[in-house]
Amino acid sequence: MNPVNDTIRFENVSKFYGEVLGVNRVTLTMSPGITTLVGPNGSGKTTLMNLMTGLVQPSRGTISVLGLEPRNATEFFCNLGYCAQFDSFPRGLTGFQFVLDSLMLFGMSEEDAHHLTAEALERVQLDVDAAQRKIAGYSKGMRQKIRLAQAIAHHPRVLVLDEPLNGLDPMARAESLALFQELGRQGMHVVISSHILDEVDRIADRVVLITGGYLIAQGNIHEVRREVRDKPMQVLIRCDSPELLASKMFAVNHCVEARLHADGHGVFVRTADIDQFYRLLNDIAVEGLVRIEAVAPADDNTNAIYQYLIGSDGSAA
Amino acid sequence: MMQQSFASLIGNLRQQPWSLWWIQARRMTRIEIRRNLFTRRAWWIYFLAFIPAVIIFIHLLVDTHPAFGLSDDTEVLAGVVQLYYVRLGIFFGCLGIFSRLIRGEMIERSLHYYLLSPVRREVILLSKFFAGAVSAVVLFGAAVIADFVLMYAGFGAAGQDYMWHGPGFGQLEAYLLIVVLASLGYGSVFLLLSLMFRNPMPGAMLLLGWEAINPVMPSLLQKFSVASYLRHLMPVSVPAEGVFALLTVETEPVSAWIAVLGLLALITAVLVYSCIRIRRLEIRYTTD
Repeated sequence: MNPVNDTIRFENVSKFYGEVLGVNRVTLTMSPGITTLVGPNGSGKTTLMNLMTGLVQPSRGTISVLGLEPRNATEFFCNLGYCAQFDSFPRGLTGFQFVLDSLMLFGMSEEDAHHLTAEALERVQLDVDAAQRKIAGYSKGMRQKIRLAQAIAHHPRVLVLDEPLNGLDPMARAESLALFQELGRQGMHVVISSHILDEVDRIADRVVLITGGYLIAQGNIHEVRREVRDKPMQVLIRCDSPELLASKMFAVNHCVEARLHADGHGVFVRTADIDQFYRLLNDIAVEGLVRIEAVAPADDNTNAIYQYLIGSDGSAA
Repeated sequence: MMQQSFASLIGNLRQQPWSLWWIQARRMTRIEIRRNLFTRRAWWIYFLAFIPAVIIFIHLLVDTHPAFGLSDDTEVLAGVVQLYYVRLGIFFGCLGIFSRLIRGEMIERSLHYYLLSPVRREVILLSKFFAGAVSAVVLFGAAVIADFVLMYAGFGAAGQDYMWHGPGFGQLEAYLLIVVLASLGYGSVFLLLSLMFRNPMPGAMLLLGWEAINPVMPSLLQKFSVASYLRHLMPVSVPAEGVFALLTVETEPVSAWIAVLGLLALITAVLVYSCIRIRRLEIRYTTD
């Protein structure tokens, strides 16, 4: 496949709702895999998703999804599924009818539509009895599941999920994440916005950080963390003499903080120069005074990047 | 040059997936008819449609029906169609059905499911319109047939003779044509109003006023009225007395086929503009 036709592209896209800014000058390319949109409430995540799916049109710029545009509805929406955050449904339908009605509009035979509906319900683990009941009587978690089933039922190549973990219990969240991971592995685009950062962080291939309508970082989580050079990186070192290691670390300029782990078998070190830090750690290991068991970045995740770049108040740091 | 561009237009049209659109339109229409007719919210439209039938049924049970009263009842039936159905029943019934199709789904926040389906927006709009029209015609058509049968049933053999061998059946055909055209005409206008305004009710009230004063407007302006076209199709003229005079005032005579074609042209123009509007429609439920 042509690489251009396998990506989601935003080129200098802006969206204004009257005088209110939705997103501004967003240029972004997403390749297959799982992409997490991260940002505070009102940052423009849903606007980006609505633009991607054609529910709103850009004020400026162009968007293409796998080389397609929403204007070409037939091909575009056969390749795209969107689980929007609107928790509402057409009235009077059962879960099964809701998914079936959607599939019938694809022009497939009734038999195929029934088959795909049953398959989708199985994938989201909504049991058959529940699927035959009216959606109006569903719990929030079941409504979330049925919307997800509707979005994936036609086997799209791009799945856009706006807060898909909302309302799900921990078990259902784990099942959904496993499903997203499986879809990502199959080469699908899975674009997720979620505020449950710890969970989506585990499965995301890349992250898009957005605040106030502006894109502030994008890419692989580790790459983005490395780009945030003005924030000291935190590393956890598991060793047999954490106090000694901490004292050695304090002796150098680039180390700005050293804190013992609660279990007494490790030390968190904050360093302004990660390359010098690793060189020093090598020297300490060679000296043999401290036996180093494991070294791992402690703030190389979406949550930490979010705190560094956006801050807890939601304003870009 | 012109021939070439015409040929390319034809070629382009032929390449479109018409069969897929046809399947999608049929299925959408089926879904929408189910939503229009078989929900609890539709009860008041049933009420609007069948309340004259209930009254006529009471009249059938209570009053005597001497043969000389047949022409009076024929005039009453004509009045029911022209003054009640065209002016109120079908008007408000279509307002309920057609404004729900787009605006109602925006209020319920469920329109995005259609806009995210692989169906062209024009196909969505026209299917919804067709489903609304079928629903309105089924309800009001059945109601008019019921009114007609109940009106003449009390006259016994004279009534049957009037229905089957007299002008009765022709009048029923004309009334049904009026129901179809009124449903299409008002339906198209209310569908457009619901695309243009968050609350289509003020627009509908303006239209009601416009329809009322339209007969006294210049003939050019009379062309922009649904009721003015329908008036020319009435098989029985309604005596204009008192306040009804304004609603039944005779306008310049127009032949039936010109009235039908004129109304169809008006409906087509409104639907074309609605198709243009729906292409630009954005889902922003918070502001809608």
